[in-house]
Amino acid sequence: MKSPAFEYLQAQDIADAMSAYDSAEGDAVYLSGGHSVVPSLALRLQAPALVIDISRISALSGISLEDGWLRIGAMTRHVQAMNDPLIAAHAPLFAAAAPFVAHPAIRNRGTLGGSLAHADPASEFPAAAVAMRAELEIVSPQGIRRVPADDFFKDIYETAIEPGEILQAIHVPCPVPGQMIGFDEIARRRGDYAMVGAAVQAVTTDGVADDVSIALFSVGDRPTRAVSAQAVLTGSPIDGAAIAEAQAALCDDLDPPDDPQFPAHMRLHLARVLLGRILTNLKVVA
Amino acid sequence: MKTEITLIVNGEAVRDVIEPRTSLADLLRDRLRLTGTHLGCEMGSCGACLVLLDGTPVHACLVLAVQAAGQRVDTIEGLNESGDIKDLQQNFHARNALQCGFCTNGMIMTAHALLSESTAPTRPEIREALSGNYCRCTGYEAIVDAISATAKQRATNAGAGK
Amino acid sequence: MSKDHIGQSHRRENALRHLAGRGRFTTDLSLPRMLHAAFVRSPMAKGRIVEVDVTDAAAAPGVVRVFTAQTLNHVCEPWVGTLDHFAGMQSGPQNMLADGQVLWAGHPVVMILAHSRAEAEDACELVMLDIEDEDAIVDGDAAQMENAPLASDGIDSNMCFQTVLETPDLDAAFARAAHVVEGDFTFGRHTAVTLEPRAVIADYDPSTGQLTVHHGTQTPYQFQDVYARHFGLNESKVRVIAPDIGGSFGMKLHVYHEEMATVAASLLLGRPVRFVADRLESFVSDIHARDHRVSARMAVDADGTILAMDVDDMTQIGAFSTYPRTSAAEGNQVIRLMGAPYKMPDYRGRLSVVFQNKVQTSQYRAVGHPIACAVTEALVDRAAQLLDMDPFDIRARNLLADDDYPHVSATGYQFEKLSHQASLEKLHDMMGYGALRKEQARLREQGIHRGIGIAPFVEITNPGAAFYGVGGARISAQDGAVVRLTPSGDVHCAISVTEQGQGTETIIAQVVADQLGVTPERVKVTTGDTDTTPSGGATWACRGAGIGGETALRAGRKLQAQILALAGAILQADPAKLTLANGAVVDAATGDERISLAEIGRIATYRPDTLPDGCNSSLTAAEHFAPGGYPFDFTNGIQASYVEVDIETGITRLLKHWVVEDCGRIINPLLVDEQIRGGVVQGLGPAFFEECLYDDAGQMTNASLADYLVPMAGEMPDIEIAHVETPTKDTILGAKGVGEAGTAAAGAAAMNAVNDALRPLGAQISQTPMTPLRILTALGHVSAGPKRGY
Repeated sequence: MKSPAFEYLQAQDIADAMSAYDSAEGDAVYLSGGHSVVPSLALRLQAPALVIDISRISALSGISLEDGWLRIGAMTRHVQAMNDPLIAAHAPLFAAAAPFVAHPAIRNRGTLGGSLAHADPASEFPAAAVAMRAELEIVSPQGIRRVPADDFFKDIYETAIEPGEILQAIHVPCPVPGQMIGFDEIARRRGDYAMVGAAVQAVTTDGVADDVSIALFSVGDRPTRAVSAQAVLTGSPIDGAAIAEAQAALCDDLDPPDDPQFPAHMRLHLARVLLGRILTNLKVVA
Repeated sequence: MKTEITLIVNGEAVRDVIEPRTSLADLLRDRLRLTGTHLGCEMGSCGACLVLLDGTPVHACLVLAVQAAGQRVDTIEGLNESGDIKDLQQNFHARNALQCGFCTNGMIMTAHALLSESTAPTRPEIREALSGNYCRCTGYEAIVDAISATAKQRATNAGAGK
Repeated sequence: MSKDHIGQSHRRENALRHLAGRGRFTTDLSLPRMLHAAFVRSPMAKGRIVEVDVTDAAAAPGVVRVFTAQTLNHVCEPWVGTLDHFAGMQSGPQNMLADGQVLWAGHPVVMILAHSRAEAEDACELVMLDIEDEDAIVDGDAAQMENAPLASDGIDSNMCFQTVLETPDLDAAFARAAHVVEGDFTFGRHTAVTLEPRAVIADYDPSTGQLTVHHGTQTPYQFQDVYARHFGLNESKVRVIAPDIGGSFGMKLHVYHEEMATVAASLLLGRPVRFVADRLESFVSDIHARDHRVSARMAVDADGTILAMDVDDMTQIGAFSTYPRTSAAEGNQVIRLMGAPYKMPDYRGRLSVVFQNKVQTSQYRAVGHPIACAVTEALVDRAAQLLDMDPFDIRARNLLADDDYPHVSATGYQFEKLSHQASLEKLHDMMGYGALRKEQARLREQGIHRGIGIAPFVEITNPGAAFYGVGGARISAQDGAVVRLTPSGDVHCAISVTEQGQGTETIIAQVVADQLGVTPERVKVTTGDTDTTPSGGATWACRGAGIGGETALRAGRKLQAQILALAGAILQADPAKLTLANGAVVDAATGDERISLAEIGRIATYRPDTLPDGCNSSLTAAEHFAPGGYPFDFTNGIQASYVEVDIETGITRLLKHWVVEDCGRIINPLLVDEQIRGGVVQGLGPAFFEECLYDDAGQMTNASLADYLVPMAGEMPDIEIAHVETPTKDTILGAKGVGEAGTAAAGAAAMNAVNDALRPLGAQISQTPMTPLRILTALGHVSAGPKRGY
């Protein structure tokens, strides 16, 4: 399990990184925390000519409030997502998701941007981003664009990031008063990829839900928004009956993969159980 | 092409010329012969290769050595000599919290980091902290006991010092 | 006091090295001019090799040599994994690199030697393999169909070995039974996952003809013999050194293709060659364990008395039987350990050991025990349920009485003396059984489903030659020790039992210390080197304390007699009136010091001229010991598991585990308890998590440490332990083994606990690991998959 040989460049800034990518004619990967890239190299799943280390680019770091949005630099480590007060206050689903991500030493090094760009359909942060209706700030040689999380995740390990582009930051709309969240997953062991997980965000006015956002993970090729369940829940109190209806509606939202260890009907069953539990225990965050 | 790097390992400046593909673990083990850092899976699943990178536990198998250039790396050998983990070592020994010894480096690193953040971790919190450290021999209970005992001793000593 | 170290919780000195980062593992060793090996492996479960083109690989940077079957296999005599006492057993001959055929996904085909492992791996990618895919035998039932293709060449059917044990009155027992309970059980494949992977460095010096092999193994003498015979070397020219070993558990005592190839490469190249399996290779080349399907029924009387069991075990072992211990020993123990704790008079056990195109299975910690225990105890619980009896009550009725020994079991095992009744009683008290049942009932009303399961067990320890020697295997039944007094009065013991962290060196020091009247700190113990320690069995099947300890004791007593004789000569005293204590020769009656051991050492070493004429000043004693008396020293115990099942998700939480164990004389209570705890978790792992999953084409689909689920700290329970002490009279020491005890019954107790939790819901599970899917399927929340073995 030794990596194939490659050249290495530590980029000073984003322009530096992108020009290196360009001169390698695309036969390059960006390296941030390294917790997806390094194992994939050790497993020889990829063999780029050049590895471009973007972890020391200052533009990728920092957490700040900007016009009602929290801007989180892509290099923000998982452990910061867990402990940073700004994230806890303004991107609470990231904070809620972080303890479920792998193990302490992994969280010390793994980055939020890396996790989102890797787009493993079983991982936690992508679903949290979708549920929070985050926007992903992508830099290309042509400039910067923001892509809504719903449009960002395309397929297994595929995102809206085009070759050579860099995910620079994540923007999360700040919670509105009365906003509630819930995050949970069902995993075999602590820190394992979940069999099923879900991130939920809801706003109620006078007891009636007027905005519900649900993203499930480990149920398909990318984090999956539960459109039907959201619709069922919107416009009524989130009570037992509504929850049961939302659970039932999940069969319209999900088409889980079928594999012998986790048949599709098992994932659907677990998704319903999990959604019920999360909706029953939503926590007010703002 | 090989790259020259300099980093501080256990307080000593180390310069080496390596292939960029060399992991920090391979640099420590094969080049610097700091073999107390072990390799159990080379993909971040077992915790045997944990080292402190600028004071924080990371998997040395998931960090390229070139990425650690200019940074401070502390291994079990360094922590042993500094005396920072003396009480942990004593409690692991007294409680027989290791058998084959292959996971021990990672267990000590995790325990060291946990106790620097949390003065009175509960048993479930200790188990949670160890959730990325695989041990095939002990069944974990003795390790939990040893860490818990160390936390209590430190609390007592801190109290006595006031 | 210096004679009471046996029975004390002495700490392990060698643990201090590990805690300081000063372990000395094979993987840590680097020798001058050392080459690194990597293997190109078969990508498919079965196929015919059409062409292997290594031209590009041989020319790759850093590559020194590339070997194929044609260029390597000729230096090694092929090995065949059969034993004579398994009548009719067959297995094809094996050699280092696949020749003509590949027989499992992972079978080594090409060996590459380069200046670094990375360069060797680079070159592996340049080897062109042309292999014609053939139908693989993936499933043991399919293997037994008529016209099934053969799993390998060199066999006449896919049946490796079959046997039947039967008492004459079996049918009558079932005919008169008031009730018959039955079940079909499946025990998944799992594997050892030692944290240090398999590692070997072979170092052949052509100038002297000396081969030194640094080998992470528990059985160095066995490998010395294997290397000498299969490579045509004199045994004196083969030295095997087993340094610190990062876990073994039976997995590292088998002969593997890669280790043999590493030795062969060093012989051919005349320089050191290193092979360390990476984790991916471990999963497809370390032996796997278990993989049994068992159909069983139990006849019981109206009052719950067990009359008989009738068991059919089919176990699937891969394309070959392993060498030199075979892959039939586990199944053989499964059918012989069924019902072992009980008075049960009648029995039939049938065993089929079947070839398939997967990694070989073979002996792993607690060989056969977990299967026999889980099946027996599941059926006992089913009988209890049928008769509305408490699980403790039905066992109390049937367990062998503590005063009813010696006893011969229905399967022919001879028990010297066990303590099932005392253990059962102790467990009942320790776990607070009554209160626990009340808590369970109360929580059940709140929709929380907890279960309690118990499982008595019998463990085989202290094996004599009956295991392997009688079948023709060159596996030592004896162990040896050389104990000497050093010139300054310290003690050194070189012994053949080996250390993998269980504390062998520590308990040997304790035993020797007590014979020589010193503290264990003054006894240095050397293990694991065939040049510096006497030959013996080393570590397998629970022999370190029972056999190794007895060997050390006898060697220590021999030296004691020599020292006393010498002291008698020096002091002009009757040796019978002297004894050893506090590092000195003392007056046996008064305890007064007469002469220190340091002084004895000094005189014997530096001033033998001052001794009386004819006085023997030898201060070294050697002793070998092989168990006599009973063929094995059986131990017993009982375990209990308390679990909570989330009936909506199928996730199980292990709340607590209890063990009562009787391993005879306890040499070191701390080390015994930690052996048990580690063993329990090694039993709980495969009960809930561990399984080597294969697809229909014979590909292992979870062959990485991210996908194969080992038990981790977060999921494992605290384990409470108590003891009953029934020393064996076969030895002076009275110690039996304890290494397998935890693993033997943990899964059985856990399965009974899960079924106890599920019982009110009408659900039952008979397969391990007990995954959420299997539990949800049992509960009817999800339907069973289309195929078996999901």
